[in-house]
Amino acid sequence: MSFVLVQVIVGGLLLGAVYALFSSGLTLVWGMMNVVNFAHGDFVMLGMYVAFVVYTVLGGGPLIGAPLAMLVLATLGVIVYFALIRDIMKGPMLAQILGTFGLALLLRYSVFWYFGSNFNTLPSNLVGGTIDLFGIRIEASRLLAGVVALVVTLALHLLLTRTALGSKMLAVSEDSTAAQLMGIRPDTMQAIAWAIAAGATGIAGALIATFYYIVPTVGETLGIVAFVTVSLGGFGSVPGALVAGLLIGVIESLSGYLISAVYKDVVVYAMFLGFLWFRPQGLMGKM
Amino acid sequence: MKFKHMLGLLSAAAMSLALTSGALAQQTVKIGAIFPFSGNAASAGNHAKAAIEVAMDIINNDHPELGDFPLAKGAGLPGLGGAKVEVVFADNQGSPATGQNQALRLITEEKVVALTGAYQSGVTLTVSQITEKYGIPLVNGESVAAGLTERGFKWFFRTTPVASDFARDYYDFLTDMKAAGAKVDSVALVHDNTEYGTSVANTITAAFKAKGMANIIDVAYPANATDIQSQVLQLKEKKPDVVIMITYTSDAILFAKTMQAQDYKPPMLLADDAGYSDPSFLKAAGNISVGAFNRSSWSVGKPGSPTAIIAKMYKDKSGDEMDDTAGRQMTGFLVLMEAINRAGSTDPAKIQAALKATDLKPDQLVLGYKGVKFDEKGQNILASGFIIQLQDGQNYVAVWPKATAEKPPVMPYKGW
Repeated sequence: MSFVLVQVIVGGLLLGAVYALFSSGLTLVWGMMNVVNFAHGDFVMLGMYVAFVVYTVLGGGPLIGAPLAMLVLATLGVIVYFALIRDIMKGPMLAQILGTFGLALLLRYSVFWYFGSNFNTLPSNLVGGTIDLFGIRIEASRLLAGVVALVVTLALHLLLTRTALGSKMLAVSEDSTAAQLMGIRPDTMQAIAWAIAAGATGIAGALIATFYYIVPTVGETLGIVAFVTVSLGGFGSVPGALVAGLLIGVIESLSGYLISAVYKDVVVYAMFLGFLWFRPQGLMGKM
Repeated sequence: MKFKHMLGLLSAAAMSLALTSGALAQQTVKIGAIFPFSGNAASAGNHAKAAIEVAMDIINNDHPELGDFPLAKGAGLPGLGGAKVEVVFADNQGSPATGQNQALRLITEEKVVALTGAYQSGVTLTVSQITEKYGIPLVNGESVAAGLTERGFKWFFRTTPVASDFARDYYDFLTDMKAAGAKVDSVALVHDNTEYGTSVANTITAAFKAKGMANIIDVAYPANATDIQSQVLQLKEKKPDVVIMITYTSDAILFAKTMQAQDYKPPMLLADDAGYSDPSFLKAAGNISVGAFNRSSWSVGKPGSPTAIIAKMYKDKSGDEMDDTAGRQMTGFLVLMEAINRAGSTDPAKIQAALKATDLKPDQLVLGYKGVKFDEKGQNILASGFIIQLQDGQNYVAVWPKATAEKPPVMPYKGW
């Protein structure tokens, strides 16, 4: 295997970890609660702007930016749940799509209005530059994002499978009326789920900001990958999204290098559709 | 009862009279401007808006300090009795379909007499189909895809130099650099898959091959990429002497960052304007793109000169330094207004005739063109440019040709 190919695969894995991190919040709200959140990409964008403000005002890196973005976004998640999601969940699927899409535009153009349309970046040495490992170059910022993606996935997985809170959340998503009869308050559980999902999304945004450009429309560019990652990974499976993210990252990198970047999306989406034909529930989802 | 009716009719008549006379007193010339104000090129669109607003200020207000610069003296358009110009801005969202709809709306509902825009070549393509159909002049100052003026259109005029002009400039520049000792045998063209990226890359490839420069590597990528690591690795492996970047802002930033992460520095990096000229690119990635060459037709000129004054007006308006793209947009708009003024009419056919007769000299322009004069296809035959270099990572300086250079070119590409 040629040397460059190793670099391509390593780069693909790091990219995939970012996709997984990007999708982690979506797994929870879409995969488990069955709400399609079209504003997901714009939640990530807000997380990026929190990190940007933390850097420009305090000069701080993701160590301050990520927790702060988590808090800001978790708060926003709860507000969004009570102000919008709770009501549109009762309506048809179309209401969810239009409602969250409207929210996406509201968030995007609010940021446009306040920050303007300019591109921003954080300095590349904010998270320790680039590591050279036997000639394979790994950006510290992406590595950090990859590690955090693993941690967030593991934490979400443990929360859902090993804690009482997780069981309650699952109970509500399975059958809200039955859960209510067992003394679980669906509203509270859903609000907590939104807080956790949006919080994880905030962390993702703050970390992605360390190596990507920051612009109000960035959610649009990255958003579609998140939906593909979650459906490939399998609805309701948090580890599935991680595996799917890594898989998409590596396939994209390899096809971009070996075939042509212009056609890499064709390869990724053709494989995605072909895979769903055989296994519609995704990699690790249950039917 | 009858008296009440009469009174009603009378007051209605009086009101309509007041309205028409009011409209006559403040006659305005309504122009449509289509640019990307949202989407990934919104930064470029908003700078275009600032450029056009500065041009409106020059026309609508008295600016004796600009000397004989066209339309600067006196308020409004003298050819139309001092009429003010009003611009209706419309957002194309970077989408050819949206651009087309906006053109239709501006013409049929806003009743604009002429249009300018629409930044992305792909959008200009669809907008010009509408203006052609409705017989409304469209003056474009910034879209460079060659095909735009090759369709036999009668209402489309373009002031900017086009891909074939740049290709010639690039070849001459590389030849001069070779004579000065630089190695320029293999050239990689990095371009996106939009109308702009593919057409410019094709034009450069054809022009270079015709001159016997055969070693050309084509590196295409999808616009608004999420990741371009594999392209940078391709370049790193093939080691071209010159990398020509034909990219919009978002991808240009991503390339700069990835090149740094992969520790890849081509010996020479030559950008084809667009992303590399965007002030927000310079802020976001200028300090890791030190030594990048770029093309431009903009030069600030001596202090006190019209261009220096206009540059300051632009900076006050937008908060950013004047750049080539803003200058080209301003030029397109000013050329249109100069023609309308000369036509002395807002009749589209008369504006079209005036545009065809346009003959502007270098000192009447914001940019360093040799002039503005349209051929039968609507292309400005006197458009030209020079090569600039980002020597300090913040501001470009003119380095080629020697006659207009502020500093000599510095080799090799330094990066960060």
